[in-house]
Amino acid sequence: MNRAAYIARRLLRTVLVTVAVVLVSFFLIRLAPGDAATVMAGQSGYADEALIQSLRAEYGLDQPLPVQLWKYVSAVARGDLGRSYERRQPVLDIILERLPNTLLLDGFALAVALAGGIALGALAARRPGSAGDAGVTALAMLFYAVPQFWLGMMAVLVFSVWLAVLPPFGIETMGADYTGLMRIADVARHMILPGMTLALYYMASYARLTRTQMIEVSGQDFVRTARAKGLSERQVARRHVLRNALIPIITYAGLQASILVGGTVLVENVFSWPGVGTLAYEAVTARDNPLLLGIFIVTAVLVSLFNLFTDIAYSIADPRVQLQ
Amino acid sequence: MKAVLLPFLARFLARPQSLIGLCVFIAIVAVALAAPLLFPKGPFAIVGMPLLAPGTNGLPAGSDVLGRDMLVGLAYGARVSLLVGISSTCCAVGAGVLLGAVAGYYGGVVDDVLMRVTEFFQIIPAFVLLMVLVAFVQPSLASTVIGIALITWPQVARVVRGEFLALRTREFVEAARLVGESDMSIIFRQILPNALPPIVVIGSMMVGSAILTESALSFLGLGDPDLMSWGSMIGASRSAMWVAWWTTVLPGVAIMVTVLALNFIGDGLNEALSPRRRQ
Repeated sequence: MNRAAYIARRLLRTVLVTVAVVLVSFFLIRLAPGDAATVMAGQSGYADEALIQSLRAEYGLDQPLPVQLWKYVSAVARGDLGRSYERRQPVLDIILERLPNTLLLDGFALAVALAGGIALGALAARRPGSAGDAGVTALAMLFYAVPQFWLGMMAVLVFSVWLAVLPPFGIETMGADYTGLMRIADVARHMILPGMTLALYYMASYARLTRTQMIEVSGQDFVRTARAKGLSERQVARRHVLRNALIPIITYAGLQASILVGGTVLVENVFSWPGVGTLAYEAVTARDNPLLLGIFIVTAVLVSLFNLFTDIAYSIADPRVQLQ
Repeated sequence: MKAVLLPFLARFLARPQSLIGLCVFIAIVAVALAAPLLFPKGPFAIVGMPLLAPGTNGLPAGSDVLGRDMLVGLAYGARVSLLVGISSTCCAVGAGVLLGAVAGYYGGVVDDVLMRVTEFFQIIPAFVLLMVLVAFVQPSLASTVIGIALITWPQVARVVRGEFLALRTREFVEAARLVGESDMSIIFRQILPNALPPIVVIGSMMVGSAILTESALSFLGLGDPDLMSWGSMIGASRSAMWVAWWTTVLPGVAIMVTVLALNFIGDGLNEALSPRRRQ
């Protein structure tokens, strides 16, 4: 199979996942007690039966299920995710307003996690069984056993309450009205605690993966060949072992993306980071079902696009994948 | 059975971590079971001033924002964590084994469909789906358990399918088929016992991660409002963290100790079960 066919298949998968997400969402709406008409009538203050009926007719809720499904699917395809119950704005607009903050935080966390994880993993693999190796493994074990949101709160306790060196809440200093470089520095300072809370967890898993991969690749024939032709240990480790060991990490980063979103929701809430995660919490407390569902659809589509991107990157990094 | 079980137990207990994990886990189970006997007033009873430090007024773990005994909350929280962790894992393993076995054994369209479904759950942000599910059907113990099972069963299904795919062409399966055993009998009496080790390992690991997921849901206010859980204790004490560290630190430590114990047990099971599989 050539690369074009491989990418086409992955593209098809992304489309199928998106369609499935929309179908699942349509049926999730029906899980909630009452429909949009009863909710809107309840908010208007006088919920008589005639009003509910007219609202049902207005929003097409009295039509047969397949018709409603078709209307829903075509609306989502046009980017219409409904209106927020509470804010009376289109759901998509509200989400898009918050999305850049989340992407900033996640991008930072992913970059730190990848760089730190690969470095730590390579270090641990150099001497398997050493104290450093055992330390990385023990740390990873500990990170897997604590709730990420709690880790964030402990970071606040240490760095904001006790040491008072880093801001615990928000994305920038309220009322300071910094501009230019000062503002960037201010946002960066606010990003350290939430970003590191997210990053440390994934750093631990990338470190473990890099370590296993490097030890596995080190045992292969081409590494022995490289050593036999007189390359230094350093060159062998960098150009032969690490490069090959990194390939699975690309796929792993894609798979982790869906977990990263879950972690982001929690960490954003701990640090009051004004992103999509805090928006999800606001939607839950306000019982704003369309908004919550919209967040699910948007994050699911973004994650599946990110997966498509890592799949393509993988096929470029490892030509052998085309044989599968 | 005894001949298999004893060496397995010996291998499992040979690792100090497994032994520690098991002892800690048994202690937590004991606390969870004894909580209503030790503290009959329940975790919501107000016992004194709010935010009393540990050790004051005869409260070894202090009091929370509403003046409730933290120690009682911690003991009752163990009940919720274990109940959710174990029952959601049982549901997920049950569904995963059934679907994975059928897909791996029969292959074909059934297998294709199952693989697409598990892929779907792997790609979508499962925690956000869980939030939507629990929020839409109202937060309760049942919706938490079913929700967690719903997003975790595909992991089991994938493992079981892989095992069945590898085992279905082996001689003992051929032999069973030749003597006329039914498909059901081959799946459950021939292949399943041989596929058990990885199922046991993944199951033990899932209990811990289900406990973490439950704590996250409760932290966001999506837990059962009538139950005191470790996650809801942390969520409720967010505003008090600055003046009363124990209200957030202690429930988190309880979660960490429980999940660490479960992961130690899982690792131990993995080590103890794998030598036979390597042959």
